[in-house]
Amino acid sequence: MPLLEIKNVSKAFGGPPVLHAVNLSIERGEFVAIVGYSGSGKTTLISLVAGLIAPDSGTVKLNDVVVTGPGPDRGIVFQNYSLLPWLTVTENIALAVDQVFPNKSPGERAEVIARTIATVNLTPHAEKLPRQLSGGQRQRVSVARALAMDPQILLLDEPLSALDALTRATLQDEFERIWEKDKKTVVLITNDVDEALLLADRIIPLTPGPGAHLGDSVNVTLARPRDRKSLNHDPEFKRLRALVTNQLLNYGAKRRATVTKKLILPDLLPEDLDAPRTTRRRPLRPHEIKKEEVVAAS
Amino acid sequence: MKQFKLDWLVLPIFGVLVILGLWAACSATWAKDLPSPLKTWESSKPYILEPFAKRGEMDQGILRFTWYSLVLVAQGYALALIIGTPIGFFLGLSKGFTKTFDPIIQVLRPVSPLAWLPLGLVLFLSTGKEAGTYGALFTIAICSMWPTVLNTAVGVRAVPQDFLNVGRVLKLSRWKTLTKILIPATLPYMFTGFRLSLGIAWLVIVAAEMLTGRPGVGGFLWQEYNALIYEHIILSIITIGVVGFILDRLMSLLEQRFKSV
Repeated sequence: MPLLEIKNVSKAFGGPPVLHAVNLSIERGEFVAIVGYSGSGKTTLISLVAGLIAPDSGTVKLNDVVVTGPGPDRGIVFQNYSLLPWLTVTENIALAVDQVFPNKSPGERAEVIARTIATVNLTPHAEKLPRQLSGGQRQRVSVARALAMDPQILLLDEPLSALDALTRATLQDEFERIWEKDKKTVVLITNDVDEALLLADRIIPLTPGPGAHLGDSVNVTLARPRDRKSLNHDPEFKRLRALVTNQLLNYGAKRRATVTKKLILPDLLPEDLDAPRTTRRRPLRPHEIKKEEVVAAS
Repeated sequence: MKQFKLDWLVLPIFGVLVILGLWAACSATWAKDLPSPLKTWESSKPYILEPFAKRGEMDQGILRFTWYSLVLVAQGYALALIIGTPIGFFLGLSKGFTKTFDPIIQVLRPVSPLAWLPLGLVLFLSTGKEAGTYGALFTIAICSMWPTVLNTAVGVRAVPQDFLNVGRVLKLSRWKTLTKILIPATLPYMFTGFRLSLGIAWLVIVAAEMLTGRPGVGGFLWQEYNALIYEHIILSIITIGVVGFILDRLMSLLEQRFKSV
């Protein structure tokens, strides 16, 4: 029996459906990556699994029980970290741990918190506030918070997309290490094919919305642990990468042929932030805003 | 203007001197009844140099009067916050509540303290001698409550959905969501409301004291007007202004502390 089963799920927000007839089943211990263009409904899909929104039709089942609302059995790592800025790293994680393990003694809970902070290598920063941390560190806190709840499934919603390339690579390696340790079931949403290949057992492309659905899944048979340097020369890696990329590009080609869009961009000049500010900046009056039209069509 | 050392001190003093000059010129030329700065100082000296003296019910040192006013303001202000903050939370959390009560709030908000005070006196008529105090408290509370109500409501609506989602994923109880997420996230907005409310409360006190004749800065001002001692009107105005300024500074310090989080 699959751990997570999504059957014929559709979701619309008033307009055309964002997701249409999505089917997915994930086994226990699997690491699944869902890749797709931005705006194709990836976040909607993960919100449905998390129970933050309800599907219009179809069902999401976890352990054969229909998901009706959010719960700590599905740990979610949000794209923008979502740490509470007035709590320290420890307090942020403690909020989750205290809520999920009310029966443990305070000592045990403190131990769980310390252990998860150590897992993500943040012990020296345990008493800092989120604003004192870098983006990568914040995201690690967010991961630690999700791990501390000991969820059945870990949902990662583009966890690394807001980070620079180097930090991203470090965190990808760290994700791999953490996953190797306790083999949690993970759903990773990403737009980075390399990231998916490095981490996942199975990659599923999401067709572009509106009416997005999941494409054919690609099994990643690369041996673990995967080393990013040697992977670059691995023929299997290259083959898989071409396969997934081509699939996505095909979707994109179909989309390009059908979508024409007129964008109106504001006429903005980059501001030199180093130049000394002589006068107070005045908000633009409506008649001072210039508009420039760019037609983006096939 | 060119900047120089000590300009933060010299320029404000220069500004005060300009106004003093204008004032002196006015009282010397067309406004003969306006006491000159010097006369005002002479006549106010006993009130300033012995700020806590009590010579009679309406003849006390200026800081003593200020103290009376501050105590009354503090009570009315506390009342406003205790009533206003929960109303703000309800407005922010419930669309139905907003639709029901927002129109009436918008109608009551611009009503002047001078209009509320008689109603307050009528409300507490049965308390006899204390009617003035209760009426004044009622007026301060109902006039100064609105910035707190509206800012709290805006703050609650501005809580990022992500924070609320964290609460939902953790299945926090309503109470925990309120104390762990909503209140901390709303605090900066609430304090902006508190600061504006305090400013209004201080505005209202003067009107309330004038009409009820209670001892306090406003009561003193009105009494000295009736007693034709115009110097003390100016003394009262300056006191009210300075105290209001200090209160605002203190509140904005507090506000900054919460904003930085």
